[in-house]
Amino acid sequence: MDNARAQIKRKIGVRLWLSGGWLTFLVLAAIFAPLISPQDPLAQDLFTSRLPPFWVDGAEPGYPLGSDSLGRDVLSRIVFGTRIALSVAFIAGTITCLLGATLGLIAGYFRGWPDMLISRLVDIWMAFPPVLFAILLIAVMGTGLTSIIIAIVVIDWTRFARVIRAEAIGQSAMDYVASAQVAGRTRFSTMFREILPNVLPTIAVLLTLEMGIAVIVESILSFVNLSISTDQPTWGGMISEGRVSVHQAWWVLIFPLLTLFLTVLSFSQLGEGLKDHFDPVLK
Amino acid sequence: MNTFLTIEDLTVTLGTSCPILRSVNLKVKAEEVRGLVGESGAGKSMIGKAVFGTLPTALRITSGRIILDGEDLQSLSPRERRRIIGAKAALIPQDPLTALNPSRRIGPQITNRLVDILGWHKADARLRALELLDEVHIPEPERVMRSYPHELSGGMRQRILIASAFAAKPKLIIADEPTTALDVIVQKQVLQMTKEMQKRHGTALLFVTHDLGVVSKICQSITVLYNGLVLEDTSIAQFFKQPSHPYSAALLRATPKYTDPDSSLMPVPSAVIRAADEEVRACDRIHQNV
Repeated sequence: MDNARAQIKRKIGVRLWLSGGWLTFLVLAAIFAPLISPQDPLAQDLFTSRLPPFWVDGAEPGYPLGSDSLGRDVLSRIVFGTRIALSVAFIAGTITCLLGATLGLIAGYFRGWPDMLISRLVDIWMAFPPVLFAILLIAVMGTGLTSIIIAIVVIDWTRFARVIRAEAIGQSAMDYVASAQVAGRTRFSTMFREILPNVLPTIAVLLTLEMGIAVIVESILSFVNLSISTDQPTWGGMISEGRVSVHQAWWVLIFPLLTLFLTVLSFSQLGEGLKDHFDPVLK
Repeated sequence: MNTFLTIEDLTVTLGTSCPILRSVNLKVKAEEVRGLVGESGAGKSMIGKAVFGTLPTALRITSGRIILDGEDLQSLSPRERRRIIGAKAALIPQDPLTALNPSRRIGPQITNRLVDILGWHKADARLRALELLDEVHIPEPERVMRSYPHELSGGMRQRILIASAFAAKPKLIIADEPTTALDVIVQKQVLQMTKEMQKRHGTALLFVTHDLGVVSKICQSITVLYNGLVLEDTSIAQFFKQPSHPYSAALLRATPKYTDPDSSLMPVPSAVIRAADEEVRACDRIHQNV
């Protein structure tokens, strides 16, 4: 039996390897940013402005991905931008998940007036255009990492609440929930110990998706200069700067864009892969 | 003899006006197996749900008493009620495929009640669970305790649920159509097992079903429910020999006889249905006047 189980044990797919690999790489890059960056990400030097990436003629050693119009090293700026992107992804993603999933679980399991209250709130919330809402929030709170995280939590908790509520309703209808109650479980204990484990795969997928979304939102806000103070390198900020000089120095736009794209893709693929891997029922 | 479950004049309504159960009276004595039969939608399962306090939120108990081993459940606080029910009654649910939590191992799901309600030590509860699994003829109980539900067959899961129902030595077990989700062969095993366990532990069993064949095999008494109204309450011998209500007689006639494959299926005659409906209306009128 144990042998048979080992045989059907699912392999960690290519998808999980690639996405997990890229994200691990990013985490390491963020942690060791000062060590691996070839240059100071803020150092301007007009003599080295608009250097092309290393395989193009005219490249300088020490600027592997070229430099922007102020002579700042693109690679170093991407590496330091990773710090902000990942902090926003992990912190905002986790808080959003905790808040939204808790409310969704309560609404879906208790139904009645808590459900009415939470669901109507979600409906109203979702009627706001999210990016505009975020910009408005930042305008009120001022720029900075904390404001961005708060803005993301405030606009995106509804996603979790909606989905987890639906899942919890489905699970509550199962006989095992009634059985648990008949066996003397309290309502809260039923919610946390019977229903929560069964919605965890969904929560995991949503959480990774949310991290990707957080990265995008942060980039959008940086793009419109509403993120962190302008002297800190961010991917969105780099894209915004690179856009201006795309005809003279495409690399200033393309490399942060590519990093952003790969990161968001990896987050969503990681979620899918984890779900397949951890779903208690073999699919 | 002791009566473990007494339901007196129980009325459950949907919203404010639509009755689901109409002044139901029902008793289950110690060591008795009582069949509760009726068509789909007659309210069979709702009786069990009312006892356990797991009625859907739209349904309310509007009158009546439910007495479990001398304790009036309605007069207790929710906390007390949970404790009493958890210790004295258990449910064998209808569908073994959804009645076990898919993301938890079998072992803790059996021992939970013992640990949480009765305050057993984990190790004792584990031994008890192993013993019970052995009683329901589960091979390799050690391994099954560590398994997840999806790794086991439907029949095994139903046997685990039976074992789990008997875990806390309850006085009363309500079996809510425990065999409908299983095929005929497994059904027979599960029935034998339920009966065997009930005999060994001296438990009172309320067996909800729509299969009169099953009732004739394992029950000593029977309650016939039609649209939430009890039409007949009698011993098994009496019921199969000479049912007192025309609806019961019609139900008996409607049971297909596999000894005679040429016999056509007999529907319940519409005159009988009309008469039964008239009784239901009469019951509603009495309650509106009060």
